[in-house]
Amino acid sequence: MLKPTEPATIENPQTAFDSTPAPRFYLQRRRRIMQKIVFSAFRTAAVVNALALAIVVYFMAANGWKAISWTFLTQPPTNSMTQGGILPCIVGTLCLSLGAMILAFPIGIASAIYMSEYARPGRLLRIIRLGINNLAGVPSVVFGLFGLGFFVVYLKFGVSILSGALTLGAMTLPVIISTTEESLRSVPDTYREASLALGANKLQTICRVVLPSAMPGILTSAILGLSRAAGETAPIMFTAAVFYVPHLPSSIFDEIMALPYHIYVLATAGTEIEATRHLQYGTALVLVALVLGLNLTAILYRSRVRKRLR
Amino acid sequence: MNEAVKISTQHLSFYYGDFLALNDICLEIPANQVTALIGPSGCGKSTYLRCLNRMNDLIARTRTEGTILLDGNNILDPNQDVVSLRSRVGMVFQKPNPFPKSIFENVAYGLRVNGIRDRAYIAGKVEESLKQAALWDEVKDRITDSALGLSGGQQQRLCIARALAVSPEVLLMDEPASALDPISTQKIEELIHELKINYTIIIVTHNMQQAARVSDITAFFYVGKLIEVDETDTIFTRPGIKQTEDYITGRFG
Repeated sequence: MLKPTEPATIENPQTAFDSTPAPRFYLQRRRRIMQKIVFSAFRTAAVVNALALAIVVYFMAANGWKAISWTFLTQPPTNSMTQGGILPCIVGTLCLSLGAMILAFPIGIASAIYMSEYARPGRLLRIIRLGINNLAGVPSVVFGLFGLGFFVVYLKFGVSILSGALTLGAMTLPVIISTTEESLRSVPDTYREASLALGANKLQTICRVVLPSAMPGILTSAILGLSRAAGETAPIMFTAAVFYVPHLPSSIFDEIMALPYHIYVLATAGTEIEATRHLQYGTALVLVALVLGLNLTAILYRSRVRKRLR
Repeated sequence: MNEAVKISTQHLSFYYGDFLALNDICLEIPANQVTALIGPSGCGKSTYLRCLNRMNDLIARTRTEGTILLDGNNILDPNQDVVSLRSRVGMVFQKPNPFPKSIFENVAYGLRVNGIRDRAYIAGKVEESLKQAALWDEVKDRITDSALGLSGGQQQRLCIARALAVSPEVLLMDEPASALDPISTQKIEELIHELKINYTIIIVTHNMQQAARVSDITAFFYVGKLIEVDETDTIFTRPGIKQTEDYITGRFG
């Protein structure tokens, strides 16, 4: 039980410097310590995250650094892929991930606009949302099989950049839609009202006020989608990527090499798995750098857009 | 009240779902006068205001009955073009809500969405509107800066300028000064005095002194009904109905 104690004041120094602290002060100290413990736990959790990333990057860099050279970045592989470079893989991954974005981004944004701005809450919207959420939960290898069955075989696109980009695009759609929808919903309704009250119609309001305000969030969705598309192996192994192509792609119906698939091939099915370890890490390093580079471009653009909104 | 009638509301009822928010309102708004709508929170005065430019259309599951005549034409007619109605009946909101664009682009917005491309005309209209809103001198040197950098009072005058730029006939103001400090409030009130020469103004306010200061006509709403409407002097000195008197003297509300 807490007993009321004399307040520690200047007029009453006896209490202020009492050797046994009053229960109230004791409780305050306990609360403070508790807070410190919990916050330290939170901080540790956050640091562990960063540490995990640092270890992965360090491990790749330490093992793959030797492989990085001008030849490595600008030449095709030679000698059954035990030497030479990975240029076709870099080009292939760029084509696939950018292609996936070109296909998925407009559809994703259009869906998000429909769901956030036009659709009335009801059955149709619930069904669409259910579909998108489930699409997000489908394992990537299932997308790969779907791509093989639908784009490669049924639509006769063959194993090609087009099939791979379509498959990756389908896989990244849910990410793009949900992130974009969220950023559209976070645009204050007062902007929409102000625009409509000035005699703008709904489409003008969306294009001139809502979309520009949501642009940073929409770009975030593109960043997330692009990173996911660039790194995936399963969706492209049946639809676009092949073991080895000696030349760079010249049309969207060409088979290609891709960085993640190249790593997988070298590490599991290559002729010299042990001898090409440094090439595997080097390729991984290039993949991470490529994704980082693409993201950095988008992030820089996003910060410029943000500045314009302020 | 022998001036021309700008807006005539006849037996207007408005429902949010099953809730009757406006009950059989009959009210005539005279042209080139300031009409103040007063009443306690939730009495329907803002709802009434938003009927006049059909902003309530945006809210799902609402229903409007009766007629609202703007210059004799029923704006509740299903064939009424809402977009053109809203460029005739402008609105200033309770909280200043400039777009995250430059000061210039905020004022030019209404012109651009209405299809005006002539740059010289837009520039002239922006300047004219900012002058009308008594903001030009404060912003003329930073017209391309973001509107979000302005003070709250300046932002609200910018919103007034933005509404004026499309040359509306009627200006609806929903508690335009409630989020502002006294000096900004005074500026807005002076502005309302000047604007009524060219515009018909309807202002919702919780501030009784403000209603008394700025308006020519005052309408008192209570639980969705129009209780009393008369010249402002009469309402504030010799109200005809007990409820009105109780409200303006602060006995309830």
